[in-house]
Amino acid sequence: MSEVVKPPQQPVGPAGMRWGNLGMPTERSSDFGTTTGRLIKRLRRERLGVIAVIVLAFISVSLSVLGPRFLGHATDVLVGGLVSGRGVDFGRLHGILFQALGLFALGAALSYVLSYMLAGIVQRTMYRLRADVEDKLNRLPLSYVDRNERGDLLSRVTNDIDNVAQTLQQTLSQMLTSLLMLIGTLGMMFWISWVLSLVALVTIPVSVFTMKFIATRSRARFIAQWRHTGQLNAQVEEAFTGHSIVKAFGRAGEVEETFRRTNEELYEASFHAQFISGSIQPSMMVVGNLNFVAIAVLGGIRVASGAMSIGDVQAFIQYSRNFTMPLTHLASMANLFQSGIASAERVFEMLDAEEQEPDVSAGQLPVPRGRVEFDHVSFSYDKARPLITDLSLVAEPGKTIAIVGPTGAGKTTLVNLIMRFYEVDSGVIRIDGVDICSIPRHDLRSNIGMVLQDTWLFSGTIRDNIAYGNLEATEDKILEAARATYVDRFVHSLPDGYDTLIDDEGTSVSAGEKQLITIARAFLADPAILILDEATSSVDTRTEVLIQHAMAALRSQRTSFVIAHRLSTIRDADVILVVDGGRIVEQGNHADLLTRGGAYANLYNAQFSGAAAEVA
Amino acid sequence: MQMLFRLLKSHLRPYRRLVILVLVLQGLQATASLTLPSLNADIIDRGVMRGDTQHIWGIGGLMLAITAAQMVFAIAAVYFAGRAAMGFGRDVRADLFHRVTGFSAQEVNLFGAPSLITRVTNDVQQVQMFVVMTCTMLMTAPMTIIGGVIMATRQDVGLAWLLAVSIPALALSLGAIVRRMVPQFRAMQDRIDGMNGVLREQIIGMRIVRAFVRERHERARFHAVNSELSETSLLAGRLMALMFPVMNIVVNGSSVAVVWFGANRVSTGDMTVGSLVAFLTYFTLILMAVMMATFVTMMAPRAAVCAERIEEVLDTVTSVTVPVDPVTEVAVGGQLELRDVGFHYPGAEHAVLAGISFTSRPGQTTAIIGSTGSGKSSLVNLVARLFDVTAGAVLVDGVDVRRLDPDILWNRIGLVPQKPYLFGGTVATNLRFGKPDATDDELWEALRVAQADDFVAAMPGGLDGPITQGGTNVSGGQRQRLAMARALVRKPEIYLFDDSFSALDLATDARLRAALEPHTRDSTVLIVAQRVSTIIGADQILVLEDGEMVGLGTHDELLRSCPTYAEIVESQAGQEVAA
Repeated sequence: MSEVVKPPQQPVGPAGMRWGNLGMPTERSSDFGTTTGRLIKRLRRERLGVIAVIVLAFISVSLSVLGPRFLGHATDVLVGGLVSGRGVDFGRLHGILFQALGLFALGAALSYVLSYMLAGIVQRTMYRLRADVEDKLNRLPLSYVDRNERGDLLSRVTNDIDNVAQTLQQTLSQMLTSLLMLIGTLGMMFWISWVLSLVALVTIPVSVFTMKFIATRSRARFIAQWRHTGQLNAQVEEAFTGHSIVKAFGRAGEVEETFRRTNEELYEASFHAQFISGSIQPSMMVVGNLNFVAIAVLGGIRVASGAMSIGDVQAFIQYSRNFTMPLTHLASMANLFQSGIASAERVFEMLDAEEQEPDVSAGQLPVPRGRVEFDHVSFSYDKARPLITDLSLVAEPGKTIAIVGPTGAGKTTLVNLIMRFYEVDSGVIRIDGVDICSIPRHDLRSNIGMVLQDTWLFSGTIRDNIAYGNLEATEDKILEAARATYVDRFVHSLPDGYDTLIDDEGTSVSAGEKQLITIARAFLADPAILILDEATSSVDTRTEVLIQHAMAALRSQRTSFVIAHRLSTIRDADVILVVDGGRIVEQGNHADLLTRGGAYANLYNAQFSGAAAEVA
Repeated sequence: MQMLFRLLKSHLRPYRRLVILVLVLQGLQATASLTLPSLNADIIDRGVMRGDTQHIWGIGGLMLAITAAQMVFAIAAVYFAGRAAMGFGRDVRADLFHRVTGFSAQEVNLFGAPSLITRVTNDVQQVQMFVVMTCTMLMTAPMTIIGGVIMATRQDVGLAWLLAVSIPALALSLGAIVRRMVPQFRAMQDRIDGMNGVLREQIIGMRIVRAFVRERHERARFHAVNSELSETSLLAGRLMALMFPVMNIVVNGSSVAVVWFGANRVSTGDMTVGSLVAFLTYFTLILMAVMMATFVTMMAPRAAVCAERIEEVLDTVTSVTVPVDPVTEVAVGGQLELRDVGFHYPGAEHAVLAGISFTSRPGQTTAIIGSTGSGKSSLVNLVARLFDVTAGAVLVDGVDVRRLDPDILWNRIGLVPQKPYLFGGTVATNLRFGKPDATDDELWEALRVAQADDFVAAMPGGLDGPITQGGTNVSGGQRQRLAMARALVRKPEIYLFDDSFSALDLATDARLRAALEPHTRDSTVLIVAQRVSTIIGADQILVLEDGEMVGLGTHDELLRSCPTYAEIVESQAGQEVAA
C-alpha cells in the first residue's frame, strides 16, 4: 500500500557535487536494440503515414534508379547516330531527355511529399513524447523529484528529446531511401552479372564489420556525451538558481572550476564521439574503392575471355558505384542514430521510473466535514531513521489545530502525509472516517488547501497566480480574496496592479508579499481542510494579525492545521500539539498548556520573556 | 548571420592553426578525390576495354593507394576538426558561464534562469554542430567546385556556360529557402526556452500543483508551449523538406541540359563522346559539392540564431561592475555606513528605499524591522552589493562598496539569505562553500553555534550526510541553520541575516542568539527580523515603512518615540504582555 520511498542516495562526484542516480545510465550495450525498438514503437500511431512514406520512398527510389538509364539511353542514341553516319536523331534524343526530365521532376515531387509527411510524423511523435514525459512527471512520487536534479531532468526533456527529433528527421528518410537504393541497385546488378554481383556482395559483410567495429566504440562515447550534457545542465541550473549565494560568498571561482571539469569531460566525450563517427565515411570509401578495383579486375578478365560485353561491364561498374554510395550513407546514418538512441535511452529511463501507487477509487469522500484522524501513524523517509512513530491525533471539524515543536520534529512531514505526497509506512490517516489511501488523490487534495513556507509562483500576472486557487473564480471573488489577505494593499502601489508580471525568482515583489499571494490563492480555493505550514513566516506581524482576522472567518467552517514557530500565530488555536521526536508530547489549548508549565510553556517563555519584561 | 561570424571569429581564434590544418588536409583530400574519376576512366578505357589485367592491377593499386591516402587525410581532418569544434564549444560554454556568474541578480532576472540554462547548453550545442559541419563538409566544397570547374572546362569550354547557370541557380533557390527558415529557427529556440520555463516551474512547484489539483491545468499550459514548439519545428521541417527535392531537380535537370546541348556539340564534331561523359561526371561532382555546402547552410540559420542568443548574453554588461581601479587595501574593521541610500528598480517609478542613513560599528548589532514589502531585503542586498544603490552610498570602513574589489567586499561578508538555498552535495560541501579550507573542527564549531550540530550528527554520514539540490531533504528550519553555519564558517566582519530566524522555533532562536553573541563580538551584525524577541537586544533598531526610515534607536527609545514600532510590538506581545 505504501509506495516505495527509497532513502536519498547520491553518489558524490569528485567535485563534491551530487549526481542524481538517474544521471548514470549504465552502459548496457544490449539496451541499444530495446531502445531502438521502443522508439520505433512510438511511431506506431503514425503507421498509416509511415506506410505511405515507405511506399513513396519505394517509388521515388525506383525513379532515381531508372534515371541514369535514361541518360544512358540518350548517350546511346547520340553514339549510335554518330557511328552509323546517318546523323543524330535529335527528335528521339530530345524525347528521351524530356522523359528523363519528367522522371526526375516526378521523383523530386514525390521526395518532397515524402519529407513533408515525415516532418509531420516526426514532430507529432516528438510532441507526444514530450507530453508523455510531462504526464509522467505528474505521476511520479514526490520523492523522485526531491531526489533528482532538476537540471538533469530538464536536459532529458529538452536537449535529449531535441536530439532524438533531429536524429529521426535526418536519419529516417535517408536510411529508408539508402536501404531501398541498395536493394534496387543490387537487383540491377544481379540482372547484369551474378558472378560480379557476388564480388560486390562481399562488400556488405566487410562494411558491416567496419561499421560494427566503429559503432561499438562510438556508442559508449555518445552515451557519455549526453550524460555529461545532463550533468552540465544540472550544474548550470544549480549555479544559476543559487546565483546570489555564489556571488555573495565569492565562490564564483570554485563553481566555475567545477563547471570547467564537467565541461572538459563533455568536451572529451563529444570529441571522441565526433571523431569516431566522422571516421566512418572515409573508411567506407576505402571499402567502396576496394570493391571497385576487384570488379574492374574481374570484369577485365571476363572481357578478355569474352564472357561479358564491354558495355555490360561499364554499366556494372556504374551500378557498383551506386551500390557503395548508399552503403556509406547507411553507415554514417547508423552512427548518427547511435547518438539519438543514447538520448532516447535517457528519456525512456525517466519514463520508466517507478510511479506512485495508482489510485484506488473504492472510498468516496462524502460532503466533507473535515474530521481528520491520525491512527497510529509511523513514517520515515529513510528506514534507518524513524521520523514519526506511532502518532495518533484527532482534529474535529471546524477546529484549528496548531502544531509546534523544534525544527526537524516532523511537522512538515505531517503535511506530506495528509496530502499523500508521501505514503505512511504503517497506521491509517482518515478524513471523515475514510482511509485517505482509498480516496483518489485528486478528490483528497481538492478538499485540502495548503500554504507552504516556500512560496511557489509561476510566471504570470498576480491575478493569474491568485486565480490558480480556483480557475473558475470571477474577478470579484479574486479581488475579495486579495483584499482579505492584504494582497490588495501592496498591489495598488504597483504600476501594473494585478497585471504585474511576477515569477518565482523575480524581485518585483518581496518574499512576504509572495506569501500573501499564496495565502490569497488558498483563500480563493475555499477548501474544507486548510493547512498553513509557516505560511506567514516572512510576513510582518502587524499584517499577520490582520490576516488572521480574515482567516478566522475562513477557518470557522473548516478544519485548519497551523504550523508555526511564531507563537503569536497559533495562540488562538483550539488545540495545540507539541511535537518532538515524531511524537506528541503535549496537547491542549494555550491557557491549559501554559499553566501546565511543560514544553509549551518553556517555548512560550523563551519567546516572550524579553518582550514581556520590557513592555511591562 | 553577423553574430555567428563574430562568435566564430572571437572563439575560433585559439584554434586557427587547427582550422588551417583542417583546410590543408581537406584540400589534399579533395585533390585526391578529383584524380579518381580520371583513373577510373583510364581503368575502363585502357584496362577493361582491352582486357589488360596487368593495367587494371597497376591503376587499381594506384587508386587504392590514393584512396588510402584520402582516408588518412580525411580521418586526420576529422580529428583536428573535432578538436577545434568541440574546443570551440567548450570555450563558449565556459565563457557564457563565467559571464553569467558575474551577473547581478538584475541581469539574471532579465534573461530568466531557464533561458540562460538553454543558452549555455542547447544553443552552444547547435553552433558547435555547425562548426563541425563546416570543417568536415563545407570546407571541401569550394575546393571541389574550383577543381571541378577547371577539370570540366578543360574537357569542353563550349559547355562551361552551363556551369555559370546551374551553380547560381542552385545556390539562389536554396538560399531562398534558407532565408525563410531563419525566422522559424529563431522562434524555435525561443519556444524551447518557453517550454523549459514551464517545465522547470512544474518541477519546482510540484507540491502546489498537486495540492491544488491543477495537474490538468498544468497539462494544458504545457500543451500550449509544446504545440507551439511542435508547430514551429514542423514549419521548419517542411521548409527543410523542400531542400533535397530542389537540389535534385537542379542537379538532374542540369545533367539533362548537358546531354541536350552536349549532343549538339558532339554532332557538329566540336566535342567527343568521352569528353561529354567526363564533363557530366565533373558537373555532377561540382553540384554535389554545392549541395554539401547548402546542407551546411541549412544548419546555418539555427546556428545563427543560437549565436545571436549567445552573444546577447556575452554582450550584457553587469550593472554591478568591478571598478577600473578598485580599492584593494582596506583596514580591518567592518564599520558599515549607509549614507542617504535610495534604490529603485530600473524602469520602476516607485522607490524601494529612500533616504536611509545609519552607521553600524564592529561589535554592534543593527536590526531592521518593518512590514512586508518595506524594503528590508533590498537593503541587505545593497550592502552585499547584489544590487547597486541608485542614490547615496553604502560604505564599508569609509570606502564606497562600488569602489571596492567585489571579491574583497564579499570576503568580508557572511550572508544568510531569506531563501536559504543549499547546493546539492553534502553538509560539508555546503559549509565549505563559505570557506573551502575549513577543517572539520571549524565546521562543527559553526554548526554548534547555529544549533545544527544535533541534527547533523544524527544524519547518516554526519558532515558527509547528503543534501539534495535546494536542500529539499532537510526541513525549513534546518536549512536556515545550515545556511547560517555556512556564513559562520567564514568568520566575516559583517554578518547579514535576512530574516534568518523565521523558521526557527523560539527556544532554538534564543539558544542560537546566545551562542552567536560571543562569535559576533567583533563583527558588525545586520539582522532583518519579524519577531521582536529576536532583535530586542540589538544596539539599534531601524524601523522601515514603505522604504523609508520611520525610526532608529534602541527598543526602549523606539517604544516611546516610534508608533510603528510600538504597533509591531503590540501585535506580537498581545494581551498577556499588556496585562
